[in-house]
Amino acid sequence: MNTSAQLIGLIGLCGLSIWSLFIGVIDMAPMDILRDREAFSLLAISRFPRTAAVLISGASLAIVGAIMQMMVRNRFVEPMTSGTGSGAALGILWVSIVLPAAPLLVKMMLASLTALICTIGFLAIVRRLPPSQPLYVPLVGIIYGGVIGAGVTYFAYQADLLQYLDIWTNGEFSGVLKGRYEIIWIAALTALLAYFAADQFAIVGLGRDRSVNLGLNYEQVMLLGLIAISVVTALIVTTPGMIPFVGLVVPNIVSRLFGDNLRQTLPTVALFGATLVLLSDITGRLVRFPFEVPVGTIMGIVGAFVFLWLLYGRRA
Amino acid sequence: MIRVQNTSYAVSGTTILSDINLEITQGVVTALVGPNGAGKSTLLSLIARINKAQSGQITVDDLTIGDCDDRDLALRLSILTQDNTMGARLTVRDLVSFGRYPHHRGRATADDLATIETAIDRFDLTELADRYLDDLSGGQKQRAFIAMTFAQNTDYILLDEPLNNLDIAASRHLMPLLHDLCADQGKTIIVVLHDLNYAARYADQLVMMRDGQVVAQGTPKEVLTAQNVSDVFQTEADVRIIDGRPMVIV
Amino acid sequence: MFRGSKLLSLIVVALAVSTSTLLFQTVSGNQIIAPSIMGFDALYVLLLTCAVYFLGGATFSVLPEMTVFAVTMAVMIVASLALFSTLLGAAQNDVMRLILTGVIFATLFRSITSFFQRIIDPNEYAVIAANSYARFNRIETDLLWIAMAVLVATVVVVWRMRHRLDVISLGYAQAVNLGEDPRRATFWILCLIAIFVSVSTALVGPVVFLGLIVVSVARLVTPTPHHSVLLISSALVGAITLVGGQLLMERVFALTTPLSVVIDFVGGCVFLIFLLKGIRR
Repeated sequence: MNTSAQLIGLIGLCGLSIWSLFIGVIDMAPMDILRDREAFSLLAISRFPRTAAVLISGASLAIVGAIMQMMVRNRFVEPMTSGTGSGAALGILWVSIVLPAAPLLVKMMLASLTALICTIGFLAIVRRLPPSQPLYVPLVGIIYGGVIGAGVTYFAYQADLLQYLDIWTNGEFSGVLKGRYEIIWIAALTALLAYFAADQFAIVGLGRDRSVNLGLNYEQVMLLGLIAISVVTALIVTTPGMIPFVGLVVPNIVSRLFGDNLRQTLPTVALFGATLVLLSDITGRLVRFPFEVPVGTIMGIVGAFVFLWLLYGRRA
Repeated sequence: MIRVQNTSYAVSGTTILSDINLEITQGVVTALVGPNGAGKSTLLSLIARINKAQSGQITVDDLTIGDCDDRDLALRLSILTQDNTMGARLTVRDLVSFGRYPHHRGRATADDLATIETAIDRFDLTELADRYLDDLSGGQKQRAFIAMTFAQNTDYILLDEPLNNLDIAASRHLMPLLHDLCADQGKTIIVVLHDLNYAARYADQLVMMRDGQVVAQGTPKEVLTAQNVSDVFQTEADVRIIDGRPMVIV
Repeated sequence: MFRGSKLLSLIVVALAVSTSTLLFQTVSGNQIIAPSIMGFDALYVLLLTCAVYFLGGATFSVLPEMTVFAVTMAVMIVASLALFSTLLGAAQNDVMRLILTGVIFATLFRSITSFFQRIIDPNEYAVIAANSYARFNRIETDLLWIAMAVLVATVVVVWRMRHRLDVISLGYAQAVNLGEDPRRATFWILCLIAIFVSVSTALVGPVVFLGLIVVSVARLVTPTPHHSVLLISSALVGAITLVGGQLLMERVFALTTPLSVVIDFVGGCVFLIFLLKGIRR
């Protein structure tokens, strides 16, 4: 992607973000911020955190999706639908039952840990699948995620925490407020760190033998990638909730347009991811104003169509 | 009588068969020969209405393919395809039994059962009869599928490379059996063969195909000339007559 | 009376789910597939949701249940034919693509359903919420008699097709060779499946993995390709699973967990095990 196109995309995203700041139940015009102290505090407490959370979620999900596709060497996987998301939900549920008073950061770490374990489990299954049949991988992922999800529902029933479950499994940004969302900046940081290792993930995508041949510590890079995926997923599951398909659809489109040299394409992946989720969030807010349709639902519809297109349109 | 008239077939723009005209001689074994991609299997699948021709007409006796009742045709004509994978988990006896389905449509009579046992016996499958197909070797599986076609007991039998996976003994068993079926019971058999010498030795008639067209038809002696063989297969070939039949040395 | 009709409903559902799964496996030539995995149940719920959205909850709730059921079933037949007949034809040789498409369909239907639920007036939302989750404790018994009548009629049709089903399960070329018309059979079988799914979903809501477990177990208990046996054994296994499972849930686990959650957990594991086992063979 050349720089001018990237610049145009970035400007477009900025425009959308500013628009996003002024959509809400309380009517507010840009000029009000200067005049009205209340408008300013509304912006600082609710509107800005929300828009920031949307952008971070979209960008970081798309990046870990691209990394996961490299690591699994399959175009049809992403963390939310392959057990990582359900794993994170399992962890946060478990902490909420066992250690309800633990600080948020500790809860997050434990959720990341269960997400990591579930993702390793997924990789262990995927290794036994024949490489000639790439469609087995997403299928196994979706069912595997469903099994963990059923386990999560079981525990939620036991502990009478079903209403929380709904928050975690259906991504929604309406609950994002100053003081309750800052933890998601860790996801942004993690995604940024992953970007610095982009070359290594690209090599991992060539396969284990080639990576070793190129002198890469394959296992170490894999573990690093897994941790990045798990941390980002856990943070997003606990803050807005699961947002499906972003990590799947965005890397696929970018890869088609600009190839798979991650060092060059990851910024574009982040840009596309942020734009897609922001557009979905704005749509969800406007479609039945003043009520909201969760961004997870919008992405479920949009993403499913794009997935079908990827599945059938590829050959043409 | 199987008669193919002006028949063409194409898959997404690529012509597989173009304007085929062919009459298959009654009561004998006809071998279809030709290089890979000549359209032999496609021609068989059109006659057996597994694929539908885009133009032309194919008739089997008084039945027109495409118009006639599928069940009537299943009593008259059977096909062994090259694909012998099976989704269902079947024993050999189960598979062979299905050959009788067009006759009894679910309720097997004593006659049907007897025919099934004869077919199993005839192809040396008695010991394997209760084994599952997935547990058999390629050759054993192939024999089971041939036995199924045999049990269907139709006047016309189409076999697409029946010698696939078969060892020499099984091949030498099958080919004379086909000849006897025609001689004794008046059946008409079309068989796709890759080995020209099997075709020369056991077939009464040969149809040679190339690039979706019939290039020669007649007795093995007429068709298997050095000229024809080297033209169609694009390789040097030496043809000698041994015991009155041609023998191709490549 | 209530307990009796509940038991009857469970048996009706067991029969509908097991038979429709067996039919779908036959028509797709694949033994790790089930209508619910392919999104049939989700489609039914989506159709109901659309009805509430376009008619309005007030209109919808005064409509006679019977009419709603009949119309939804008719639309269901048309919709599933439109969606799945081309899919089955195109994906004859690519089973994984077929299953994956179905799974994505299911996700899509669920997302659209939840979209409609959000944009519907919150007061009308309650009308559909009841239909979106599997519930064995609170069954819509009003529909039971009509559902039973439909079910019996459909089962009779299936039973009379049992020998043809045997032939269809051999695959396209073999079925043609033996004088059956697989395309026409696929058409009718899809209609039957749509009816079965309508019946079971109308009574208890969607259950994703029940059919898969039941038919897989039935195939283990009665390892035969013959539908005359498989239809009966899977129906029996289905009835035992549902009635026995519900009994265990009510008496032993004292209703702490819905049966459908347990079934989805066990069923998902069964599916994965079969998939991995199938690959190694």
